[in-house]
Amino acid sequence: MLKDFFGKRKKYASIPSEQAKTDVPEGLMQKCKGCHKIYYRKEMKKNVNVCPNCNYHHTLTAWERIDSLFDENSFQEWDKQLITSNPLDFPDYEEKMKKDREKTGLNEGVVTGEGTIEGHRVAFAVMDSTFRMGSMGSVVGEKIARAIENAKDESIPFIIFTASGGARMQEGVLSLMQMTKTSIAIKRFSKAGGLMVSVMTHPTTGGVSASFASLGDYNFAEPGALIGFAGRRIIEQTIREKLPDDFQTAEFQLKHGQLDKVVHRHQLKHVLSTLLQLHQKGGKSLETNS
Amino acid sequence: MKQILDFEKPIVNLREKIAELKNFTQDSDIDLSEEISTLEKRLSKLEEDIYGNLKPWDRVSMARHQDRPTTLEYIENLFTDFIEFHGDRLFGDDEAIVAGIAFYKEKPVTVIGHQRGKGTKENIRRNFGMPHPEGYRKALRHMKQAEKFDRPIICFIDTKGAYPGRAAEERGQSEAIARNLMEMAGLTVPIICVVIGEGGSGGALALGVGDHIHMLENSTYSVISPEGAAALLWKDSGQAKKAAETMKITSYDLKELGVIDTIIQEPKGGAHRDLEEQARNMDAVLEKSLQQLEAYSKDELLEQRWEKYKKIGDYKLDQSIDL
Ligand SMILES: [Zn+2]
Repeated sequence: MLKDFFGKRKKYASIPSEQAKTDVPEGLMQKCKGCHKIYYRKEMKKNVNVCPNCNYHHTLTAWERIDSLFDENSFQEWDKQLITSNPLDFPDYEEKMKKDREKTGLNEGVVTGEGTIEGHRVAFAVMDSTFRMGSMGSVVGEKIARAIENAKDESIPFIIFTASGGARMQEGVLSLMQMTKTSIAIKRFSKAGGLMVSVMTHPTTGGVSASFASLGDYNFAEPGALIGFAGRRIIEQTIREKLPDDFQTAEFQLKHGQLDKVVHRHQLKHVLSTLLQLHQKGGKSLETNS
Repeated sequence: MKQILDFEKPIVNLREKIAELKNFTQDSDIDLSEEISTLEKRLSKLEEDIYGNLKPWDRVSMARHQDRPTTLEYIENLFTDFIEFHGDRLFGDDEAIVAGIAFYKEKPVTVIGHQRGKGTKENIRRNFGMPHPEGYRKALRHMKQAEKFDRPIICFIDTKGAYPGRAAEERGQSEAIARNLMEMAGLTVPIICVVIGEGGSGGALALGVGDHIHMLENSTYSVISPEGAAALLWKDSGQAKKAAETMKITSYDLKELGVIDTIIQEPKGGAHRDLEEQARNMDAVLEKSLQQLEAYSKDELLEQRWEKYKKIGDYKLDQSIDL
């Protein structure tokens, strides 16, 4: 069973020889973070960054995620030009952001827009943990809130893929307030009857976990994703005990009743399109009609 | 003996000296009234200098002062017929949050607040005012009840933050906070929040979605404690003082950032120096706040709440980015 893969991760782990390590050409090959086996990067990519051996779900960038789910040429990006200013006059913040934009080709830690999944039109927000750990500052909060408002105005579902270390320190309390802003937007959307699906990916922690990530009508997660509010180290220091290895994993959250479902990346498109179909007025069963 | 903060030591020393001289003149024939009056003038100048120029870190220590008035003390001073109600009906009763109903100027209101303990024993019982999920869920239960019976909600915020514990995570800390944010957004009664001590991160925010947000002058509101910020930013929690300045966490900073509505003045030396004066200052702000909010219809209230938070944040448009 899929859910067993993570428990078994260690059993299949193999350590590559010293020779193999030195033979790996930079960029062409990739070492699995789960089982440490070496793969062609191309092969891993084709498998949407899931290890063919141990099923470890490696990080996807926002655009890789969008490409993996949305119908070809169906998406359109929103609020692309929003970039951060420096509200606290935080030293070097703007320079660092500029470098991050150049390095990642993203303008912020989230890409928002609309597109179709198996023909179903949806609004989306995809966070990208490669951009400053996907941390949430004013721009991330604003783009997500706007995407939700657009979904409300267009009467289409809203799907969010979270990947974030939490609030962005460099914007202080304004980051904290983005939790409120997005949550109010969700309330308005929900009251209007809107469908929201949250898919938590690795990692979803802190202020993101304690706001929109947890507020979907359906809350999913990818296998093995780290999900939680407080950091493991801080908790261990506070309670003076060692936490179990699976603490704050998606599977842990599922067991504690905090998630609707842990969904393997290969199944995600199917689960989402079925869910959308089930929420469509007059929607027909995919199974009986195929 | 009241806890003396570092920056007020010169004041305390001078005060002691004056008291000493006064004592001395009582028992002897020497007249020191002139010296005493000079020193008293110097004291009032010193107080003005020190209390009038508090650094962010000074305010942090004031917000954390062991004698700083807590939620229950303000309730005692500002409300009548308060009845506390317990439990979230799901798991337990979290004493880090108190909730109940009372009269405020002859009107029933729901009052909810973080509650720190006064001594070690009470602090342990109240987990130093750091809530577990059942605390937020208790608060939400009372808020829903306030909405049903159409009474305004007043929240007092005073917490270092959500409790970073294993059980708190297992019971859905994230969900409990998120749920409160979303549900508070939709409550059709006025919500007034007052930060009275530390407003720490998500644990504060879970009682902090309101139509008006007020803040005691020497309280703080932040995404992370100064120590935590220093550890994250500079890998050195010893730089907390610097972080307190960089992170902009004082009432004056938050007013400027557009996060709060009103700064409630504190008595010279802090709220703990004169609870009654502090309660009066708060009373004036609360009364006005409530009057303003009660004039709105339910729809107006919700619309304004959204407009208020929609504006918070800072960003710019870069038109050189290709669309
Ligand atoms: Zn692997």
